[in-house]
Amino acid sequence: MQIVSMISLWFIPVLIGFILIYGTFKRIPTYESFVEGGKEGIKIAVSIIPFLVGMLVAISVFRASGALEYLNELIRPALEAIGVPPEIFPLSIIRPISGSAALGMTSDLIATYGPDSFIGRLASVLQGSTDTTFYVLTVYFGAVGIRKMGDALKVGLLADLVGIIAAIVVVTLIFGI
Amino acid sequence: MINIIWVLMTVIGIVFAMINGTMDQVNEAVFKGASEAVTLCIGLISILVFWLGMMKIAEDAGLLKRLALLFKPIVKRLFPEVPSEHPAMGYILSNMMANMFGLGNAATPLGIKAMEELKNLNGGSNEASRSMITFLAINTSSITLIPTMVIAIRMKYESVSPTEIVGPTLIASISSALGAIIIDRYFYYRRTRKG
Repeated sequence: MQIVSMISLWFIPVLIGFILIYGTFKRIPTYESFVEGGKEGIKIAVSIIPFLVGMLVAISVFRASGALEYLNELIRPALEAIGVPPEIFPLSIIRPISGSAALGMTSDLIATYGPDSFIGRLASVLQGSTDTTFYVLTVYFGAVGIRKMGDALKVGLLADLVGIIAAIVVVTLIFGI
Repeated sequence: MINIIWVLMTVIGIVFAMINGTMDQVNEAVFKGASEAVTLCIGLISILVFWLGMMKIAEDAGLLKRLALLFKPIVKRLFPEVPSEHPAMGYILSNMMANMFGLGNAATPLGIKAMEELKNLNGGSNEASRSMITFLAINTSSITLIPTMVIAIRMKYESVSPTEIVGPTLIASISSALGAIIIDRYFYYRRTRKG
């Protein structure tokens, strides 16, 4: 498990160095390319503001009213029997449905419990390791006019379930509870 | 779907506050939630700009293409119906690379192109082919090398080690991709047995 933390720590700086050297070697105008790509980043960050405002207001109202706590208490026994922290349950449900909602919930969990808590880490891994199945399905199939989806949704959702279980197992093994 | 969830969360919260007498907390929560969201997005700009800038260099230098070639032998096995020189294969590979590096926006058009080509392979039918379902399964369990957004959020909330989740995320997403492939195969064999 030490190795995993070591790789996590080294990975990004090494990758940055490698990309820069490789780009220079290939005679790419590195700085100009960088700026070009960076502009995309601003666009993305600004364009998600309305999504996140809508979602975070709903989540914080739900939390502040006490409804979230009540729901957590309600499902706690069932989830604890299978080893799932109830705090993570709403995120697991919403992750395949809406990317922006999941992003809102993930940031809310990280803000509430702290990024280095078990819940914070679990939310981080969960957010990073699966994608928004409904979105991918709708956009990809919608764009090319596929009407009969066959087993696509079933397969996608089952894959998400595997992803959630994998996230819980991996985080527990690497960081402990 | 998401509309209903969103409205329900807010309305249940408000009704709950009426019964519980937590109205003042809810009043505060509305504005706190909104300002939290904006602060977060502003905080995300730094890392998104940096990372997407880096990825643009990688893309221009042909790094993503080279990586795609590396994965070709594996991906060929996943899509037995797609001839390896067919443009569909190229799009599938580029889409996977873009997803791996957290270039969600670049991945979407590539994914749509891949679907178009797969539809052509399927004689233009409006039914999802075997390859399409496999492609979707892999896509949704996306193998993530750099969860850009998550690292950004962790930095924003002052994590001791924002990148410590890179390894675990990679392991979890590879497991879920393997799971997705197995589930996809199972359903495929079930279909062929039936019909």
